[in-house]
Amino acid sequence: MFLSIIYIIASITFILGLKMLSNPATARNGNLIAAAGMTIAIAGTIFLFRDDHGQALHNYGWIFGGLVIGAVVGTLAAKKVKMTAMPEMVSLFNGMGGACAALISIIEFNHLAAGIHASKGISLGDIFPSSSDYSAWTGEMLIIIAGLVIGAVSFAGSIIAWGKLNGKIHDFAFKGQHIINMLLLLVIVLLASWLISVYHNANMLVFYVILLLSLLYGVFFVLPIGGADMPVVISLLNSFTGVAAACGGFLYNNKAMLTGGILVGAAGTLLTILMCRAMNRSLKNVLIGSFGGSAHHTAGIKAQGSFKEVTLSDAAVVLTYAHKVMIVPGYGLAVAQAQHACHELEKLLTSKGVEVKYAIHPVAGRMPGHMNVLLAEADVDYGQLLEMEQANEEFSTTDVVLVLGANDVVNPAAKNDPDSPIYGMPILEVELAKTCIVNKRSMKPGYAGIENDLFFRPKTSMLFGDAKKVLQDLAGEIKNL
Amino acid sequence: MTTIIEKIALYQDYIYIVILMVFLGIEVIGRVPSVLHTPLMSGANAIHGVVIIGAIIVMGKAEADNYLALALGFLAVILGTINVVGGFVVTDRMLEMFRHKK
Repeated sequence: MFLSIIYIIASITFILGLKMLSNPATARNGNLIAAAGMTIAIAGTIFLFRDDHGQALHNYGWIFGGLVIGAVVGTLAAKKVKMTAMPEMVSLFNGMGGACAALISIIEFNHLAAGIHASKGISLGDIFPSSSDYSAWTGEMLIIIAGLVIGAVSFAGSIIAWGKLNGKIHDFAFKGQHIINMLLLLVIVLLASWLISVYHNANMLVFYVILLLSLLYGVFFVLPIGGADMPVVISLLNSFTGVAAACGGFLYNNKAMLTGGILVGAAGTLLTILMCRAMNRSLKNVLIGSFGGSAHHTAGIKAQGSFKEVTLSDAAVVLTYAHKVMIVPGYGLAVAQAQHACHELEKLLTSKGVEVKYAIHPVAGRMPGHMNVLLAEADVDYGQLLEMEQANEEFSTTDVVLVLGANDVVNPAAKNDPDSPIYGMPILEVELAKTCIVNKRSMKPGYAGIENDLFFRPKTSMLFGDAKKVLQDLAGEIKNL
Repeated sequence: MTTIIEKIALYQDYIYIVILMVFLGIEVIGRVPSVLHTPLMSGANAIHGVVIIGAIIVMGKAEADNYLALALGFLAVILGTINVVGGFVVTDRMLEMFRHKK
């Protein structure tokens, strides 16, 4: 079959694409190769697919209509989105994939149920040749329900994660939520095993109850997790959707779906663990010991002493006469769209003979690598970006650290306050530098909702205001010096 | 017990694929620098859009009078396509920015 060859090629492009995506030099081509593989797989399916009775697909109008609408919406959304909103977008796309998997399961279940009710008994043997009818039933039911549950959880969770990242939904946790989550999961598993184990038991009501509970579980699963941990959650949900897609691969005996889905499921899980490791926390800690419970705790360590402000002109002088300046970008830089202004300031300082570097915390911003993407957009030279370990070695020889809208990733509490929710997370040790200028919009705590002792230290001075405006004004002051 | 062993034997091709893909997935991205975490996540997100193939099959097999299947299948094709197209385009946009630096 020609289609089998197309699917083999598609599978290879997915593997190759993923491999090339993990190397900066080949990443872009890797993405294009995977996209090409996907295109031929989709075209091949439309024109060459034959079911077990040798029937081609029909409803071409609907299929092409859906493809066109989806392609237009997807392209527009992807082109229009601001760099700062990229993580939300990925979460939203992921939710679409999850919903797609769940919808397939709903249709297939109805198909199965209709077959039984019409008592013609659709020949399950076609899908799983040489197996007994019962074995085929349990197998197909298991896959349909797995696709439904995983897809629905991924969809609901992604939508909540999307809402949290753009500030529409706030952290919400109530006492005993984890117990309720466990119960929900237990009920889903019990209902599912009942549907699966009883032969020809296509109970609609139970099926839709499972769907509803799965959606609810997805919502409750993500709601209590702090916004700062959303990248980890999105990565995890990403791998969930991969597994849901693989369920479709089982269902249609489709190896391209199976390889693509499992590949993403495995890679996504590893990526999730890598992200957790970057924060020196376990996945369990992120999912259960969430920041949500720390609200009462933080009230205790408020308002410790006073902070000092620095004027723009003073800051300009300090920066210009420094030998070495280290810029620590954070989410504040991203929201203010200040990456270009930041690059301008950096060029200006360099032209005055100052050595300027960037210290990039792996989880600064809303996603790992978020800062790298932003600064790359502003044409910042690659060689000036230091990873956390390198940066921490260089802070002791740095004259001025300029913190731009970063908070939790420079909070010394992660090092010396065992009670702090972020205790144990590796941080950028900016307090080693001679002076530290912190740009923030206000004294409000960061995303994790905890006070930052750094702002009250004698070496630190605060420069309030929107990052973009402050950087432009700073550049103006420096030019006038 | 015997039924479980029978099933494993029956589905052994799939089991092999799943096991190998799990290790391949882990191996392939094992050494990714943190710079590429966001594009990689986004690219992987686009790849699991293969679920669109399932949506196309479901849509293409739906009988003309099965309005539930037609409506849900249509929706599934749209959502799946958004996942695939949006995912690849957004990844390309991210990676395009890396290209400028030399």
